[in-house]
Amino acid sequence: MDIITKLRANYLKKKKSKLDFAPSVKKSERSFWGNVILGLFLLAMGFAFFFPVIFMVSQSLKPMNEMFIFPPEILVHNPTMDNYRDFVNILANTVVPVTRSLYNSLFVVVVGSVGHIIIASLCAFPLAKFRFPGSKFFNQLIVYSLMFNGAVTMIPNFLTIARLGFLDTQWAIIIPGFASTLGLYLMKNFMEQIPDSLTEAAQIDGAGYFRIHFTIVMPVVKPALVTAFIMVFQSFWTNTGASFIYAEAEKGFAYVVGQLASGNVAGVGASYKGIASASSVIMFAVPLIVFLIMQNNVVSTMATSGMKE
Amino acid sequence: MAANKISMKRRAQLTLRDMKRSVPLYIMIAPFMILFFVFVVYPVLTAIWYSFTDFNVLEKANFIGLNNYKKLFLDDSIFITAIKNTLIIAVIVGPGGYIMSFLLAWMINELPHKLGVVLTVIFYAPSMAGSAVLSVFQQIFSNDSNGYLNAFLQNLGIISEPILWLSDSDYVMIVVVLASLWTSMGVGFLSFVAGIKGVDDAQYEAGAIDGIKNRWQELWFITLPNMKPQLMFGAVMAITSSLSVGSVGDGLVGFPSPNYATHTIYNHLMDYGSIRMEMGYASAIAFILFLLMIAANMLIQKLLRKVGT
Repeated sequence: MDIITKLRANYLKKKKSKLDFAPSVKKSERSFWGNVILGLFLLAMGFAFFFPVIFMVSQSLKPMNEMFIFPPEILVHNPTMDNYRDFVNILANTVVPVTRSLYNSLFVVVVGSVGHIIIASLCAFPLAKFRFPGSKFFNQLIVYSLMFNGAVTMIPNFLTIARLGFLDTQWAIIIPGFASTLGLYLMKNFMEQIPDSLTEAAQIDGAGYFRIHFTIVMPVVKPALVTAFIMVFQSFWTNTGASFIYAEAEKGFAYVVGQLASGNVAGVGASYKGIASASSVIMFAVPLIVFLIMQNNVVSTMATSGMKE
Repeated sequence: MAANKISMKRRAQLTLRDMKRSVPLYIMIAPFMILFFVFVVYPVLTAIWYSFTDFNVLEKANFIGLNNYKKLFLDDSIFITAIKNTLIIAVIVGPGGYIMSFLLAWMINELPHKLGVVLTVIFYAPSMAGSAVLSVFQQIFSNDSNGYLNAFLQNLGIISEPILWLSDSDYVMIVVVLASLWTSMGVGFLSFVAGIKGVDDAQYEAGAIDGIKNRWQELWFITLPNMKPQLMFGAVMAITSSLSVGSVGDGLVGFPSPNYATHTIYNHLMDYGSIRMEMGYASAIAFILFLLMIAANMLIQKLLRKVGT
């Protein structure tokens, strides 16, 4: 049997045996009233936080005459899909064909997110687990880079992207997106928790750094990868500003959905209010679905138990 | 002197040897680091250079020394207001949002998996919906008696006249702080949720044997020390997001805010950076914001070291 698989099997076995012979001492239990208070508190907080979303969805389902009732009601009397239909109609009549912008959006979001996770996790692992000349400097640089506001770096970035010839292509958004430090910093922090004994054992058994990274580190930090993926996905998905800056001609991108949501097209005139909220709902629904799929996956990870020090 | 020289030479040799050994590590970090230097470090350095010039995008930049900084602190009274407002908001929203996201993540962890995922989505929803949620806040805090809050208070008989929540400079600050707290459950919260899941159950069992009596002790001695990397990440996120507040106020009470009551450093930066296009001046503002964040980060790191002791 391959060394790495053996190592992993060992850890899985250890984990399983722990479950079989779980000691009788448990985590301290909360009292009954503690549970009630916790439940009520979470319910109240949940409502407060979800209220904006409920409001948004209800707005998008309202026919025109209900839209402007004051005070606005959450309950819709005659729910209608008109707003969504109108929204699709607008999409169908744009200068850039909707299939083109959909393709652009999907291409940017998928290639950008997956690529970022691969490139950034490869960089995060050495920075988190090994000391080598320069590692401390790089670590500091990454934390500090998170703190510089992007508004003033737009011009140098535009010049760089122009010089590289990325203008009017999807790469103008994808390639700089790869260099986002947020996801890297998150993954690095999770990787710091991996015990040295695990990587050292693999090294002694002759596994190279790349091998360790893909077969041991990546599975162990799956929750972090998932969180980072949601983050980058969202930032690519809502990145409408960049498409304005980097597309000089129309052939590049039109994130039509995004532009509608931010009100640039649909925001004009009262009759577009419903369409704007319909597009907000659609803009919101896509990352939400990704989020649900990814979060559900976290549990099936080869849990870190028994692996931390 | 001579000994010193030898040790210098020796050290250089050792470093070189370490570097040779770490070649695979350098290869791993290279793809990200190259992009990082091209699209993050270089633009930031350029922006810092701009801050010592009168660059206005159209004309060639002239070096003017510290004039931008002098002007900011001596002649720009609005900037002083902006610093004050930023600090007021950040001191409330930063720690408030940080503690709230941790406590909610901690509570969610106790729930069954499916319910936990649903609640995670609910709490993260306002951050995911982005600017679309601002219209809801506008509805709640509307100036006339049709706004939810005014209607509520009037029905209870607490106030007789509607309060101008969004226009009265005495109140806009409260509204902006509340709305910012509402959207503060961002990426830090997600990392907490993922981090708590990773704490090894065996540690709680061991803790129970070692005489940990209640959940608060469990939290302080086991959960928190095990989550230090996530706590660091959350802190950096809280610092960067709370010190760069501004877009919420911008969307809610308009720009510029009444009497500059909620004018923040970020608003000031946007004003000069993307409206007046005085890039030199804007870069100076960005640099000061950067220094402020670094200072806050140092303070927080010091505090976090005390966790679990």
